[in-house]
Order: sequence, then structure tokens, then C-alpha cells
Amino acid sequence: MDPMAAIRDVFFQECEEQLAELETGLLRMEDGADDPDTVNAVFRAVHSIKGGAGIFSLDALVRFAHVFETSLDGVRSKRIAVTPAVMKLLLRAADALADHVRAGREGVAAEPGKTAALVAEFAVLNAGPSAAAAPPAAVAAPVAAPPPPPAPVERIWNIEFKPLAVLYAKGNEAALLLRELGQLGRLELDLNTKSLPSLAEIEPEGAYLSWTARLHAECDEAAVRDVFDFVDGDCTLSISLQPAPVARPAAAEEAPEGFEFEFFPPSAESSESEPVSEPVAEVPEHHPAAPGPVEAMAAKAETSSAVSATIRVDLDRVDRLIDLVGELVINEAMLSQRVLEAGIARASGVAMALDELEHLTREIQDSVMAIRAQPVRSVFQRMPRLVREVAAQTGKQVRLLTEGEGTEVDKTVIERIADPLTHMIRNASDHGLESPAKRLAAGKPAEGVVRLTALHRSGRIVLEVADDGAGINRPRVKAIAVEKGLIAADAQLSDEEIDNLIFLPGFSTAAVISDISGRGVGMDVVRQSVTALGGRISISSRPGHGSTFTLSLPLTLAVLDGMVVSAAGHTLIIPLGTILETLQPRAKDVHALDNDLRVLALRGGYVPIVDVGLTLGYSDQRIETTQSVALLVEGEGRTKAVLLVDAIHGQRQVVIKSLEANYRAVPGIAAATVMGDGRVALILDVDAVVSGTRSDAPREPSLLEAR
Amino acid sequence: MNTSTVEDVAARELIAFRVGAQEFCINIMTVREIRGWTMATVLPRAPKFVRGVINLRGAVLPIVDLAVRLGLPSAEPTARNVIIVAQVNNQQIGLLVDEVSDILTTNEKDIQAAPDVSSELVRSFVRGLLSLDERMISLISLDHLLAAPELEAA
Repeated sequence: MDPMAAIRDVFFQECEEQLAELETGLLRMEDGADDPDTVNAVFRAVHSIKGGAGIFSLDALVRFAHVFETSLDGVRSKRIAVTPAVMKLLLRAADALADHVRAGREGVAAEPGKTAALVAEFAVLNAGPSAAAAPPAAVAAPVAAPPPPPAPVERIWNIEFKPLAVLYAKGNEAALLLRELGQLGRLELDLNTKSLPSLAEIEPEGAYLSWTARLHAECDEAAVRDVFDFVDGDCTLSISLQPAPVARPAAAEEAPEGFEFEFFPPSAESSESEPVSEPVAEVPEHHPAAPGPVEAMAAKAETSSAVSATIRVDLDRVDRLIDLVGELVINEAMLSQRVLEAGIARASGVAMALDELEHLTREIQDSVMAIRAQPVRSVFQRMPRLVREVAAQTGKQVRLLTEGEGTEVDKTVIERIADPLTHMIRNASDHGLESPAKRLAAGKPAEGVVRLTALHRSGRIVLEVADDGAGINRPRVKAIAVEKGLIAADAQLSDEEIDNLIFLPGFSTAAVISDISGRGVGMDVVRQSVTALGGRISISSRPGHGSTFTLSLPLTLAVLDGMVVSAAGHTLIIPLGTILETLQPRAKDVHALDNDLRVLALRGGYVPIVDVGLTLGYSDQRIETTQSVALLVEGEGRTKAVLLVDAIHGQRQVVIKSLEANYRAVPGIAAATVMGDGRVALILDVDAVVSGTRSDAPREPSLLEAR
Repeated sequence: MNTSTVEDVAARELIAFRVGAQEFCINIMTVREIRGWTMATVLPRAPKFVRGVINLRGAVLPIVDLAVRLGLPSAEPTARNVIIVAQVNNQQIGLLVDEVSDILTTNEKDIQAAPDVSSELVRSFVRGLLSLDERMISLISLDHLLAAPELEAA
């Protein structure tokens, strides 16, 4: 790849992250957070995008980002008050910036009209009452923008500085630091040698000296602290103002882990020797006099630790690793089997070492799978914009609350839940919530709430989309279903069954078909994509209180819990999620409908029977019902069928391997896996096999070439 | 990877193998590895020449029985059979053959054009003929190995 193109790719990847940060920050501000941290983070995000865009001559993007940035700077310097109107403008600008970035990536021009309107609004905002622009220095280095000290009066700073051994080990020199301190003003320096041991006990690389300094200078605390910037954590430092007590920064408490900044206390031995300086203890954490530098420092520490904590890795490499580990697991199983076959005693050293190995391999597999796991945050972050847009188009007031963004799930699952989730959130805002007038009439606040939650539950991820709207209008749903011929007019349905009608294809309740949702390709599509992922969707609704959709998905698409069965002598895996029960059919319960189709009488109903070996063409003879085991399975759209197989061999977790990679999709087979004996076993596509019993599918297996 | 055409093999190495009584060769650059026969898992509704799939270090590898594919008499494979793992159009395919017989270094001029015959099989696979010590070795192309009309019918 052309190196510039690679850099460009990285830039756009980073843009995505910056945009996400921007959105998060703005939402936090909307919730009332106006701390400099948040505002700075927002500002930084826009600023970084602008900077990067400049390199790639994305002029439109740069121009817009600049205007945006100017306004944010106004917000930061409190020149522009954060009113709800301003917040709305900023959020819209964030959306527009995202559009610009996308346009930049695809190499097309962004819509100029939308941007122009925003730019005009910003111009009004920026030309607000106080026209004093922020100093340009602040733009260049947003984190180092402390409010100026009230007046330049000479102050006396008491500084206690005790280098730790590590300071010297890193090649720093205390004398240089003190000399630099001296440049700030007049310095009185006391060397404290009390903790210096006798020569016999001295450790050559230890640190025993400390200094007490009195600095007469006009500078503020940040300037003093800057001197010691490079030895953060490598010394004990305490700075206090002599005449009037001024904030002693409490960064030690605020700093994230791994950022050790010990301001206090001076170690016991040194304080004894320094009666002069009485460090001001326990000053409130957020003293109004100097919040800037402290906050900025904490923010800086946070970003720097975030940078070092992650690396970018090509997904292919991770997948390769996962493949290899899968292979290791299989090899380990094969080895175990061989050892067993060789008749080696369980208590022998070999068997025990093998146990260890097995343990280790499982752990490696778990860890490797964890690499692919990602928090659902990336999907959740797209939703606020969606909700804003729906709210704007429908004239509803919607508030989106999210919870559990940190819940981790495999990357492929994340990619594939985005669409169904978008659909559901849209549905919840568009159909679920009532208009503000109706809400007020029902005694609810005008603003509706859509709650999006993610959590782990028994090895699966559960996503909930809940709204506090009117709930499902059951009489209407039933009426529509009857009208559309989806159910019989006299059907007796439970509340739950009525709720589930909305998952039927061709169903849409919205009285007005809007742009946003409601063309009848709604929930059935959602359900289909969820089932395709091996997940389930359910709904619960309380009239007047809202509805909750619950999605339950496997944590990964790379492994699957399956039932190992054999059909006509071939080993097959049936996904456990589709199996409702296993049973031993009795000959008298089997009835033939015609030559090919048989049904099984089961608890008062009849379920079509699928002879797996026959359907897949493994055998041209029907399996004897009494010789077989039946599995009651449920396919897509809740169609049930009974699968007949020779025997069930057990249950195991299998690593899914694609057949398409080297071959092509095989009808009736979802994928393949490798068993403990190193052989490939096929995973049955239950949906395809079950739908094969329906009228539109060919039922005659001999039509299909069998080998 | 369309490497097994006549133009490409100028002064290149070919790997020769025996299927039944006949000898064939393919460009050695398409060969990834050669391994012994292991039992394949039968795929449902697969064409007859697809023996099934085997596990190749975690990847699922389809096995093409070249004898069946080329319309030659075939027998049940034994431990003496060999699988040539070849790269064909971004996919890896295992070729079931009787044995690997030779590695040949050839020049383009040594390869004679295949005779213009009506046989569909010859036309879709045979790219040229080599004669070597009274042996005739057909240079075959693997491009159409899986994509055969027979498959669409299945």
C-alpha cells in the first residue's frame, strides 16, 4: 500500500475515535458537566481532527472544524454560556463534523448547505457579547491553559523536595532542578542531611538528601510545579504558599493508577528537621484559586496512560492467532486421546502433565478470544445521534440513556448487532414513545426515555431496549394481524402471543408510515438477523408503561455449543440453541401424511419429521423410527420440526470453521468444525433443514445428487 | 492466481503426478504442500468428484478426486494415495492423486499445444502436452476445477 494511503487510513481510524470522544463529551456536557476536563476533551477532539485534516488538505473539513473549534474555545473560556440551545447546536455540529469526515474518507464533497447554516449559527455565537478572543497560545496547547493568576504579587512558596533513588537512576540531577527553581525568583535553600546514614551503612545508589526551599517569586503554583514536571513520581514534593493558604493540589488522589505523584507527606525524618515550613495539610481538593493546572495535569495523565495502554493490531493477525490456538486445542485433544489409547495410567506423570497442558490451552484460548472482545460502546455511541434525528423528524422529545457500554463481546457480534439495534432504537423512539402532548395528557413528562442496556448473563450478552411509552396496543396489533391475514379472526391469543405478532413478516402498526420506520420490514428483519447470529429476541410490554425488547446473543461467533449426533453413519453437530428437547419416538406416534412426509404426534400437536440422513443424501433409506433418536428443534420463525438421527454422542463446544473459505456454501450445512480426532465434522443448518419440510422447498432428496 | 497457463511456465518447474495410468503436471508454484491421504468427511449433495473435506491445520480443505474429475476410472483411496494441496483462485484445494512422480524443469518450447479435440474435459483442463522419455505428461490448469457445469446442476 502507498504509505500516504496507510497514514490516511490511520487518520480516519483516529477520527472515528475522536468523534466518539467528542460525542461522549458533548453528551456529558448536556447532562450538566461543565468541568474543564470534559470541555477540554471535546475541544481536543475537534482540534485533532482539524490538525490531521490539514495534512490531507481536506479544506472543507478544516474550515468547518475551525469554526466549531472557535466556538468550543468560547465555551471553554466561559465566554459562551452553555445553554440548551448552544448544546443542541454543538451536537448538530458534531454530527456535521462526522459527515465531513465520512465525506473526506470517501473523497466526496460534503453537503455545503447544511454546513453553511451551522457556520452561520456559529458566527452569531462567536460574535457574542464579549468579543475578546482567547489567546492563540491556548489553541495550540489546550491542556496548558490555566486561568491567569489574579495579580502578580510576590509570594513566598515553601517547597520541600526529597528526591527518591529512582530520580537519580533516571539520570536526573537535583541541583539542576533547584537551579531552575532559582530562576523563578529569589531562592533560599536548606539542605537537610539528617537521614544521611554513616558511611558504613550508606547504600551507594540510595537517596538520602532533601531540600527545603523558600522561593520569593511572582509566579503561580503551576510554574513552580513545572520545574519538577519531569521528575513526577520520582520524588516527594510538597509546595505550599506561606502567607495565605492556597490550594495544595490533590492530584495524588485524582491521578489514575500507575501515575504516582506523591506530594505529601514529607517522610517522617525530613519533617522533623524542617520546623520552618509547615505544609498546609488537607486543603480542599478543588480550591477556586488554582483549579486549572491541577485538572489539566490530571487530564494529561489520563490521556498519556490511555495511549500506552493500547496498541493497534491488524485484525488478520489476531484471527490468525485465534486459528492457531483453535488448532492447538484440537491437537491437545488428539494427544489426550492417543495417551488414553496407549493405556497410560491416569496417575502417571504423562497424564498429569497432559492435564496441565489442557488447562493451559483452555486458558490461552480464553485469553485469545478476549483479544477480539470489544466493549459495545462503539455501537452504543451511534445511537444518540440516531435518537436526535428521530426526535427532530417526529417532533418528539426523546432522551436516550445507556448503561453497560463497557460490556464486552466479540468484534463480529458487535458489527452485526449494529443494524438490528439501530432498528430497535428507531422503533422505540418512533413507535414506542408517544407525542409530547399525549404524554402530558397521560401524566408523564413530555420527554420520553429510551433506555439501552447491555449486560452479561450466563455466558451470553443481553441487550435491552426499553421505552417508557404507551406499550403495545394489543387490540390494535391483533386487529391488524387479522386484517393482514396473519392470524385467523377468531384466534384466541394470550397477551404474550399478541406481542409476538409484531415479529411476523409484513407487520407494521404505525398508523402513519414514516420515513423513519414502518414499511413492514421492521421487527421480522430484526428477528431474522438476531436468529442468524444464534440469538433470541423477546418482548415484554405493559400498557401505559412501555415496552422492553430483550436480545440475547452468544458472546462469540467463533465457537458454538453443539450436540454431537450421527446420521447415516456421519457425524454432525446440531447447534444446541435450536434444540428444544430430545425424545425417543414411539412407532404409534408416527403418522405418514404422504409418501415422503411423516409427522410425529407430540402433546396433542403434529410436528413434521425430518430424517437427517435422508435429507442430506447420506442414505437413500429411511431410518427406522424405533431405531432412532428424535430432536425437537425450532427454526427461524418458530417453525418446529423433529430431526431423526441414529444416536446422540454428547454435547461439546466446537470452533466454527468456514466451508466457504476453500469451497463454497453447502445447502443444509451451516459450517464445519474439527473434532478431537482431527476429522472435520459438519454443523447442520437447522433452519434450512426445517424449512425443507415446507411446501415451497424440494422434498425429494434423490433429485439432489448424492454421493 | 492464474499461473498454470502455458505462457507462465516458461523455464519454470512443474510437479508431475500419476492418476491411474496417466501422468499430469501442474505449475509447482501453485502447490502449497503434499500430504498423505486421510479420511475425508463427506459433504452432502456434493458433486461426485468432491471426496469431502479434511482438516488442514485448522482450515477446512475440500478434496477433489482428480480421477473422477478427469473422467478416469477411480478406486477407493488408500494410505498410498497422496493429496497435493494447491492454491487455486484464493482458495486451497486438495487434489487426490495416486502418486507424485517427478519434478520437471521445462521450457516453453517443450510444451506442445493440446490437440484440438472435442472432449469437453480436455478443453477445460489440458493446457499442453509434454513428452519425456516416451512418457506423455499433460499440463493441466486447475482454474475450472471446482466451477464446473456439473456443479450448477447439483
